[in-house]
Amino acid sequence: MSIDIQADPQPVINAGPERRTTRGSSLMWLLNPRMTAGLIIITIFVLGSYVLPFFCPVDPSQQATYMKNLHVSGKHILGTTALGQDTFWYLVFSIRNSLTLGILVGVGITVISTTIGLSAGYIGGNFERLVMLVVDTFITIPLLPILIILGALIRGNTTFLSVGAIIVVFGWAWGARTIRSMALTLREREFINMARFSGANTFHILVREIFPYVSAYMVVGFINTILFAINTEATLAVIGLSKVEVPTLGSIIFWALNYNALFTGNVVWLVAPIVATVLLFLGLFLTSTGFNAAFATRRGVA
Amino acid sequence: MAVILRTDHLNKVYRLGSLARSREVRALNDVNLNIESDHPVIVSVVGESGSGKTTLAKTLLRLVEPTSGTATIYDKTIAGKGIHPPKREFLASVQPIFQNPFEAFSRYRPVDAYLQETASRVAGLGRDAATDAVIKALASVGLEYADVRGKYSNQFSGGELQRVSIARALIPNPSLIIADEPVSMIDASRRMIIINLFRALKEEARRSFLYITHDLATAYYISDFVAVMNRGAVVEFGTAREVMSDPQHEYTKLLLNSIPTTRSRWRTRPTLASA
Amino acid sequence: MIRLKNVVGSYRTSRGSINAVDDVTIDIPDGCILGVAGESGCGKSTLMKLIYGDIVPPMTLSGGSIEYGFTDERGAPVTSANITRQWFNRIAYIPQSSMNSLNPVVRVGSQFLDFPGPDRDKRRVLETVKAYIVKLGLPVETLDAYPHQLSGGMRQRVMIAMATFFQPQLILADEPTTALDVVVQKDILMLLMDVQEEMQNTIVLVSHDMGVHYQTTSRMLIMHAAKAVEYGDSESVFASPLHPYTGMLINSLPTIGDDRAREGIPGRPPSLWQSLEGCRFADRCPLATARCRAEEPAQLDHRPGQFAACHYAGETPEKRGETKWR
Repeated sequence: MSIDIQADPQPVINAGPERRTTRGSSLMWLLNPRMTAGLIIITIFVLGSYVLPFFCPVDPSQQATYMKNLHVSGKHILGTTALGQDTFWYLVFSIRNSLTLGILVGVGITVISTTIGLSAGYIGGNFERLVMLVVDTFITIPLLPILIILGALIRGNTTFLSVGAIIVVFGWAWGARTIRSMALTLREREFINMARFSGANTFHILVREIFPYVSAYMVVGFINTILFAINTEATLAVIGLSKVEVPTLGSIIFWALNYNALFTGNVVWLVAPIVATVLLFLGLFLTSTGFNAAFATRRGVA
Repeated sequence: MAVILRTDHLNKVYRLGSLARSREVRALNDVNLNIESDHPVIVSVVGESGSGKTTLAKTLLRLVEPTSGTATIYDKTIAGKGIHPPKREFLASVQPIFQNPFEAFSRYRPVDAYLQETASRVAGLGRDAATDAVIKALASVGLEYADVRGKYSNQFSGGELQRVSIARALIPNPSLIIADEPVSMIDASRRMIIINLFRALKEEARRSFLYITHDLATAYYISDFVAVMNRGAVVEFGTAREVMSDPQHEYTKLLLNSIPTTRSRWRTRPTLASA
Repeated sequence: MIRLKNVVGSYRTSRGSINAVDDVTIDIPDGCILGVAGESGCGKSTLMKLIYGDIVPPMTLSGGSIEYGFTDERGAPVTSANITRQWFNRIAYIPQSSMNSLNPVVRVGSQFLDFPGPDRDKRRVLETVKAYIVKLGLPVETLDAYPHQLSGGMRQRVMIAMATFFQPQLILADEPTTALDVVVQKDILMLLMDVQEEMQNTIVLVSHDMGVHYQTTSRMLIMHAAKAVEYGDSESVFASPLHPYTGMLINSLPTIGDDRAREGIPGRPPSLWQSLEGCRFADRCPLATARCRAEEPAQLDHRPGQFAACHYAGETPEKRGETKWR
């Protein structure tokens, strides 16, 4: 049984820019100037900090390896610290550790906040009320004072990664709230009903229908979380509450300040990590806003 | 005769405002319908915005729970406080077509994914049987599977996408298809393609339709029965011919008089200052 | 008399440029209600914007001219170049979904004072406004209300009041009743006709609903794929359309009491991105021949005052020996 209808032969007239026949075949649309600049910077940092350590001759945090406070030279690209460490290698390891912490925390927070936010927003009812109560409680707890107190209590006895765990525990709530409100609006949209009548259960709806709409926010959120994590750890380290024996961007500044780098003339020791931090943050920021811009123009097309 | 659609004292009251000062809105006000037939029928529910027709559709689709009263479709009670028909069975007997075809599909999924899903989850078919069912359903609305496969909702026109929507609704062989303003977002000159499709599906595929609309003319064209709603209540009900040619209720008469037809003018044309 | 001569409106994009309005030549006599009909994407909204003078990139008036038939304060004839200075004054535009154009956080009355007029005394202006909206059938309290407190029909009346307040000579209404219920639609259309009768001005009305056109207009312009395919008095266009597209448009609407079979128009207008030869309706036309696909038909006056762009204007499949419209 078929109806004699002439099938519409051509695609829609109101076409804007090129229409791809298969989605996701290339990611070229992502590359706008901002994004490219940001990615270049991050790639340099990531490659540099993960690959270079293999070439390092000694453990950079070991003190008295070299002469103190040497100037910039061919042998020591950024000179040495007041503790006899090579500044350049110490910095490379710092960046690696900070980045690792940032990424781990980013992953942890994103996974937790997305899961909780999506399920609370979509399922609704008493489940949502209970979950949001927990979320709001965590939001109102101020992170930095807690970290300072914890840091002061277990000073020096924590592992480096437990600082990261604490940041995750107190940092997931904000993202959860945002994603939950996104899920709330999405819940009302017609295609959710369509999915239900196609037989989808709650899990499938969350993963296949709702998730793609929040994925753009998630990517941006992830990058911002990396920023936040590195920043928080650095803040703690600078005031001496992290495990400052481990080289991180914050701890290098801590040591530089503690040894009065500016007054002893070893300016590079203090300035180099600051510049590195600023550049890293710039790279992350550019990538984040570049993503945002790319998604925004894409939404205009789709 | 089978009961195609029956509602018994169906009520839906929304409470607006805060706990202290709230207002009641009666979206459905004691709706009593009884349509019995041995053959598939098309029933139109006609009304303006705020009449309750969309709330009625949502109640029958179990997207909204009525405050009181029950609804029965093809001899099975499907709506009412505390009534929970088995999900699989319900989805296989009642399917929707929504007003905005572009909203009805996710932007991020190819539209045939929904068809495949319906075939495997609601109709319970295996992989190959599901694909066959999808091909057959698309053919019955005049579309080729090859033209639809892998494409996203923005690659279709409104009319085509609505036809895909209809095809999806047909796959589990539902006894009743509830179409909520299915053509209001489609160009006036192309609406008849969809409307004629409904009629053909009723006669050849033996499906009943509940057609919700504000457009009396298309309702007249395909319906067996027409219910006119105003402010949550059914003010007139009868066969299409009865209601349109001999309306009893004032509101129906008002509706009929307000339709801009191409047969007789409301007033004479303006005379031109200069021809 | 508003004269459009070979008007071409194009959109320039990174992909190239397309002509959304392609070589339209019509004369709009004063005092008529002109209906512009056609499917979505045929160019009717672009035509409205061109007539209104709302020409912002990427849209341009890339060819032809529009003469409005009246002169400005300095006595110079008004054309597309200086029409923007006549906005709200001699020419008014009621855009699509305009009832949503009201500022939601400002009371309606204050929004009336938004646009400048010769009278600086706000209280006096408000009094005039009050009298005017009562005349249009709105209660006086409307001015103190916020837009969300009014129904869609009332908001549309407010928009019409704003647009006609300075008694413009030309009113352009783009789908003024599309979002409204049928009972309210009739009221609004009657209101527009009242306004026209009193002010004796010209109204150009865009709608996709041929029924609306039949009820309100005195002249009709049918557009298809950026081209003007038929133009003439509503009476004769509806009674005996010259162009097959017009006939199919009229026949695609079901009418109560009329049990004849109705068909939607199959197919779609050709994409304007490709190069088009011959008649743009040929692929969907039951009368199309090889000549139609090769040669673009000119706008000829097949009847006095009514032109159609068709090689076989006035013919129907019956006349040709076929059974019916497809």
